[in-house]
This record gives sequence, structure tokens and C-alpha cells, in this order.
Amino acid sequence: MERKEIFSKLNEIFIDVLDLDECNLTDETNANDIEEWDSLSHIQLIVAIEKRFGIKFTSLEIMKWRNVGELVDSILSKK
Amino acid sequence: MLSFNQLIRNLKRDCTGFHTLRVALIGDSATQLLAKALRGMSIERSFQMHLFEAAYNQVERQFMDPSSELYEFDADIIVVFQSTHKLGEYHSGLPIEGQASLADERLSFVASICENPSLANKKIIYFNYSEIEDTVFGSYANKVTSSLSYQVRKLNFELMNLSQQYPNLFICDIAGLQNKFGRDFMFAPNVYVSTEMILSVDALPYVASRVMDIICAIKGQFKKCLILDLDNTVWGGVIGDDGLEGIQLGHGLGIGKAFTEFQMWVKKLKQRGIIICVVSKNDEETAKEPFEHHPDMVLKLDDIAVFQANWETKVDNIRTIQRILNIGFDSMVFLDDNPFERNIVRENIPGITVPELPEDPGEYLEYLYSLNLFETASYSQADKDRTKQYQVEAQRVSLQKTFENEADFLKSLDMVSTVSGFTKFNTPRIAQLSQRSNQFNLRTVRYTEADITALAEDPNVIDLSFTLEDKFGDNGLIAVIIMKRQDAETLFVDTWLMSCRVLKRGMENFTLNTMVERARKAGYQRIIGEYLPTTKNKMVEQHYTDLGFQPLAHTSTAQYVLNISQYKMLECFITTKEV
Repeated sequence: MERKEIFSKLNEIFIDVLDLDECNLTDETNANDIEEWDSLSHIQLIVAIEKRFGIKFTSLEIMKWRNVGELVDSILSKK
Repeated sequence: MLSFNQLIRNLKRDCTGFHTLRVALIGDSATQLLAKALRGMSIERSFQMHLFEAAYNQVERQFMDPSSELYEFDADIIVVFQSTHKLGEYHSGLPIEGQASLADERLSFVASICENPSLANKKIIYFNYSEIEDTVFGSYANKVTSSLSYQVRKLNFELMNLSQQYPNLFICDIAGLQNKFGRDFMFAPNVYVSTEMILSVDALPYVASRVMDIICAIKGQFKKCLILDLDNTVWGGVIGDDGLEGIQLGHGLGIGKAFTEFQMWVKKLKQRGIIICVVSKNDEETAKEPFEHHPDMVLKLDDIAVFQANWETKVDNIRTIQRILNIGFDSMVFLDDNPFERNIVRENIPGITVPELPEDPGEYLEYLYSLNLFETASYSQADKDRTKQYQVEAQRVSLQKTFENEADFLKSLDMVSTVSGFTKFNTPRIAQLSQRSNQFNLRTVRYTEADITALAEDPNVIDLSFTLEDKFGDNGLIAVIIMKRQDAETLFVDTWLMSCRVLKRGMENFTLNTMVERARKAGYQRIIGEYLPTTKNKMVEQHYTDLGFQPLAHTSTAQYVLNISQYKMLECFITTKEV
């Protein structure tokens, strides 16, 4: 799976979970850029991403991502 | 079950007109998502929840400190979620003797909450403990009193006993939920480690639903009646086609076992007080044949309150049942194997619950268990006689048709009523009526057993309960009056409720005669009644004017007054039974 494809799926997940009108994630996007993305919705995002890609994140991964790019790296490493 | 995301979306819905709930949520883990799930689920059940969420891990402080936010918030319902994780952590820090008395220590804390006088009129919903098998001893843990498994199981068992001792304590059976769905579903280690949340996102709607089941039951919303289709629901096959020998039932080979166990479950519901009815597209005689003659039928005709087997639509038959039982559609559950029939009923009868039964009858029960349809907030011995009472009601209806006028009919019933204050014997039934009665209920104030006990002891309260017996049978305790002193001359009717089973028997007149007599003896001059409308009690909108009360002007609610000195005893055909 390519990064581009992952980004497009992530955009859908963010729109669904955070109830956004649109979403254009980039490698640099982080929680400061999206108002609805807080520590609580972060958990919902993780669970939704795990389900969508059929993967499990480790506890450490969940805590260490600084931006969407690193999240995408984690997903890629598991596919 | 709704997803957590759907519950979150509910939070944006318009809640105008919803009843409000004041709930406090206190936990020893991070409960923010549980709080959201609870609010979302309350909207799903048409409640608007004002929720106080205590800061993380403050259970003891919130309860022990009289100036805490918990007491300031003044919730009706306090939900306490202490987790097995935190219990386990504490357990590991204790010496062996301390481990062995861990359950006792926690139980005495729960008891102290229930006995706390400042929480006397609150309902406490306490989560029991989902098991974590830590395998420190393996299965041998069963033999070791200090093991975590031993202490958790003891705690859960003793919590059940505690909840019987304290009527204001309700247990939310999260351990049962975990038995159903499994620990790996309930708990996500990666989420827990990174957030301190004990419950997985997928488990939250189920847990919130269980909590709301209890709250709804406390607030008087629960299922009272189960309506069953017959062919392929109660037995395998079609009785009209396959005949008595051809239907599948019983513990032999084949699918019959599934239906037998389903019937056993229904029978237990009936014994618990759920009214069981039948709706079937069949000739009545054919439909009744298995009940009368099949050796493997667990359900008998005696178990069925109303039996509707004919060629009318199921919607019409369910409406007929509703008229006979006089309960709301929202307290009914309809089970049918046929998706087409289910949809028609769902579309035409608003409020009725129609579970989407799985295709395989072998899965009926496990599926139904997952729905927890029959939560209740009370249980009394009188419940098991309810079916009989409705069957008797059908007889009375047929007798009534043979009399020229109502008075002759009522006279012929030889009605007697036992009038009593609230005692420890009738308290469970009174609390239950207070929670169940929706239609003939003037102010719809809900009381628990603890509340009733307190009212009985209050010198400023006149408490009355009424039974009604006639030549066909005993209806048991069917009406409750709570009158409170407003001033030296005035009594206020806080509660006037009656079971709809005894409508049109002159019970209202008898009740008022008794109320006036008691008020007069106590030296009061007038009685004030109030009608607070709900979606269900329109039936008693004119209640006070019908009985001769005068409307009061300039009040914000509908209030009425009766002057005792001018009162003439109303006609009725009920005699008082002395006790």
C-alpha cells in the first residue's frame, strides 16, 4: 500500500470520527492543526485506524507520534 | 448496538422535552469516554443527562469529604466504577493478610456509601468487578483466599448480598457483560497503557447501555410484556402443516432442543412477572394443540395471559392485547422469526421493541441475552401472580356484558379492600408500583423502597395503600396515596397512583372517601391535589374535577382543592376489610 492511499483512507477516517466537513492530512499535520483532534478523539481515531487497516498499534506507538507522517510510517511498517 | 461514534453524534441532537437526569460518575480510572457514552446513550433513551464527572481517581475523596463537588452537585444517581485493574494494583502492594481481607475492605467502603445519611435519597449504581485471571497460582487460586481471583469473586458475590441489604444500591453487572463478550473485547491493553482507560471503545456502548437500563428501570421505563409468535419461534416447524407429531421440540435429536431452552427462558420471565402473550396466524384450536397435548411443551396455556390466534394481522392483534392489558406499547417486546412480520409491526406500532432474531433458532437465546431487555429496579413475590390476574380480568370483562347497568355489575363483584399504611411487608410492592405506574399516576413521582420506608416514618405524611379483592380473585395491592402536610390545615397529595387493572370499579371513590376520613381525623380542613402531565397520564387529566375538587386559580401547575367540611361520601361498592 502506498502512502497516498493511506492518506486518503486516513482523511476518510478523520472526517468520520471527528465529524469534519473535509480533511487534507499531510505528513506535518498534528493535533494542533485540527480543533476536534484532542486526547479523547485521538483514542477513537486509533481504534478506527486499527480496524480499517486490520492492524494493532503498540502502546508506545500510540504515545510517540508527533505528526500524521509518523502515524503513516507505523501503518506502513505493519503492512 | 450503536457504535461509540453514533453515541457521540447523539450529543448534537435536540433534547427538548426530554426528562432530565442528574447523574454523577466517579471512577478510579479515566472515565471521560464512558461519560460521553453515557450521555449519548441517555439521549438514545430520551433522557437528557446532566452529568458531573469527578476528576480522575477520586472515589474516596468525593465520598469522604462533605464539601466535595459530588455533594455540591446533588445528583439523583451516582455511578461508581472502581476497576479490577486498580484493585489488582492495590492487591499487589499488600502483605498476604491484607490481600486476604481485600474484598472485605472494599465491601465496607461500599456499605459506608450506602449508609451515608447525606446520600440517603440517592441511587447508587456500583459496577461489580470483571475478572482478571492473573494465573499467579493458576487454577489453584481457587484454593488460596489471598489470591486476586478469590478476592474478586468474593467481592462480586458479597456485592449481591450488599445490594439486597441496601435498597438504594444497584449493581451494574459488568462482570456479566465480560462473560458475554470476553475480556479481549472489553479491554484494549494499548489504549489502557496510553490513556488509563479501562474500557475499550467497542465496549463503551454496551457498558453505557447497561447503566442506562438500570436508570430507565429506576425511572419507571422497562418491559412488562413479551408477545410471541408460535411457528418457528416457540417450536420448530409449522403446526398447521407439520401437525402435532411433526413440530420440532424437546431434547431428542435435531433443533428441538433450541426451542425447548427458549421456552424455559420464557417461563422464567413469566415466573418473574413478565406478561406472556401469543400472536399467531393460525386457527385458535390448531395453535393451542401443542400447549395442551405436546409432551415437550414447557409453556402451557396457563402461562399465557392473552392468546390471539386468528387470521387478523399481527398489528391488530397486538393492539387488542394492548387494550386488554392497558400498558404502553413501549413496555412490550415482540418476538417473531419472520423478518417481514417484524418490519410490519415495527412500522405500525411505535415504541414496541422488536428484536432482530437471528436466522438460526440455536442462536436465539445468546442473542436475546445480549440485549438485556428485561432490566428491573424491583422484584416482589406478587409479580408471579400477574398472569393469573390478567386471565381473571378477561373473565370479568365477559361477566360485565351480562349486566344491565354498571352499578349492578359492581355490586355483583363483592369487592373488598384492605387499607393499610406502609409497612415492611408492603414496601417492596409499593415501591414497585411507584416505579411502574405511568397512566393512572397524577404526579409520577418515583420512589424506591428506601424512600417508602422513610415516608412511613414521617409524622407529616399520611400514607395509604389499598388492595382490591373480588369474587374472582385478589388483585393484590393496587393503589397508593401519599399526602404531605402543607400547613396546619392543608394536606397536599404528593402521590395518587393506581394500577390500571382495577379501572372502572369505583376504586377512585373508595380511595377518596378513605383519604377524607383520614384527613378529617388528623384535623385537616382541605386537601390539595395536583396533576403533572406526562406523555402517558392523560387518562387522569380530569381526575380531580371528576371527583369534585375545585380548580385553584393563579398556580403554575394544575392544582385543585377539596374542602373537607363540605365533602359528601362518594358512592361505591367496595367494603373495607379490617386487618
